[in-house]
Amino acid sequence: MDLTLYVWRQKGPDDQGRLEEYQVKAITPDMSFLEMLDVVNEGLIRAGKEPIAFDHDCREGICGTCSQVINGMPHGPREKTAVCQLHMRSFRDGDTIYIEPWRARAFPVIKDLIVDRSALDRIMQSGGYVSVHTGGVPDANAVLISKADADTAMDAAECIGCGACVAACPNGSAMLFTAAKVAHLAALPQGRTEAARRVCLMTEAMLKQGFGSCSNHYECQAVCPKGISATFIAKLNREFIKAQMPGQ
Amino acid sequence: MNMLESSVGRKLVMSVTGLSMIAFVLVHLLGNTTLFYGPDGINAYAEALHRFGALVWAFRLLLLTVLLLHVFYGIQLTLENRAAKPRAYAIKSSRATTLAGRSMVWSGLLIGGFIFFHLLHFTLQLINPELAAGRHFDSLGRPDVFMMVVLSFRKMPVSLLYLGALAALGLHLMHSLQGAVQTLGLNNERTLPKVMKAGVLAAILIFLGYAAFPITVFTGLLR
Repeated sequence: MDLTLYVWRQKGPDDQGRLEEYQVKAITPDMSFLEMLDVVNEGLIRAGKEPIAFDHDCREGICGTCSQVINGMPHGPREKTAVCQLHMRSFRDGDTIYIEPWRARAFPVIKDLIVDRSALDRIMQSGGYVSVHTGGVPDANAVLISKADADTAMDAAECIGCGACVAACPNGSAMLFTAAKVAHLAALPQGRTEAARRVCLMTEAMLKQGFGSCSNHYECQAVCPKGISATFIAKLNREFIKAQMPGQ
Repeated sequence: MNMLESSVGRKLVMSVTGLSMIAFVLVHLLGNTTLFYGPDGINAYAEALHRFGALVWAFRLLLLTVLLLHVFYGIQLTLENRAAKPRAYAIKSSRATTLAGRSMVWSGLLIGGFIFFHLLHFTLQLINPELAAGRHFDSLGRPDVFMMVVLSFRKMPVSLLYLGALAALGLHLMHSLQGAVQTLGLNNERTLPKVMKAGVLAAILIFLGYAAFPITVFTGLLR
């Protein structure tokens, strides 16, 4: 496959940045998208040029590190697929592909396609945890959890924190991410104790980190590589309303 | 953080004020159908409403407060959201957003402008003073609202302006009915897709309901 790439190149946080064109030849359809970029980078290194910087880690679709907007779609054209699990067979010979970093005020570009996503970590630090007693290991069945609640919590816990929801949201909002964390812990008895405090702290942190708010477009759930549902945002809203009630 | 500082809290205000205004829009639509009964319908209805006296003004002030809260937080949240996404993609494709969703602030501003016109037109009756119901009375001595509305809608520019404003309202409601339900946290996996469809359907029905007045008058079906 021969391709024309337009890749966002930015030397550092203060650089203006621009799209640069690359002609790429002899790509096989079985390569992953990141392997295609590896090939491009090898060529750039041989030519004595700066390779394209991009985030990647497990390349198995489970770590949430890869983060590229391909032809305007976070993680590219395949639904429920992270960039690392996207293969070149999803493209056609002669295609032109635009590759850009996640764009949001809360995700400043560090270099090329790499953005700083630590704002998501700060949302987690504000309340995305449960307080537990240290000491002996508790009995496995001491706290009973219904299958339905366990399933809900597991569905929400699938979030890998990649930030595609923020990249896709017209408002640069981290509601789907925050909602997944709030819903995951609020569904379990261990998380209920701090549920009211948690939803207030995490939504406050989201605002303070410079993320927008949800205006119900659901672009987030459409690009989420793990298929996190926007109904978790409704659950976050419910938790927020409950937290405003007297006695909370 | 105070509830009105939180973006989720302010969205709740948007949702509650929006749903309150939709309730008013429905009652207003129902009241307007008295137009189809001729002068005896709407003139009697208008007179009955005005018998509430001071309560009418209390209700109007309440509605104005609700509207202003909705406009204030709507604009504030929109500006915040734009600031949160300072740079656009060179190419943007989307899977879920709709024209209605993306144009909320614009359809909202159009509706706001229309409300101002509509109040000047049929409430304060300053736009066409020669048709003002406050100056013409029917055979029973009631302000002739029927004549005012019918003679106004016979003018093409007026009918078109109302239809345009109703289109903006329909577009606004197509996105906001489902959004209000979601913001109040009333959705789950089963309801979300249904609420989205029902919201669009209800918006179209409200548009058609209101559009029936200028259309039936202008085409001469109602005279």
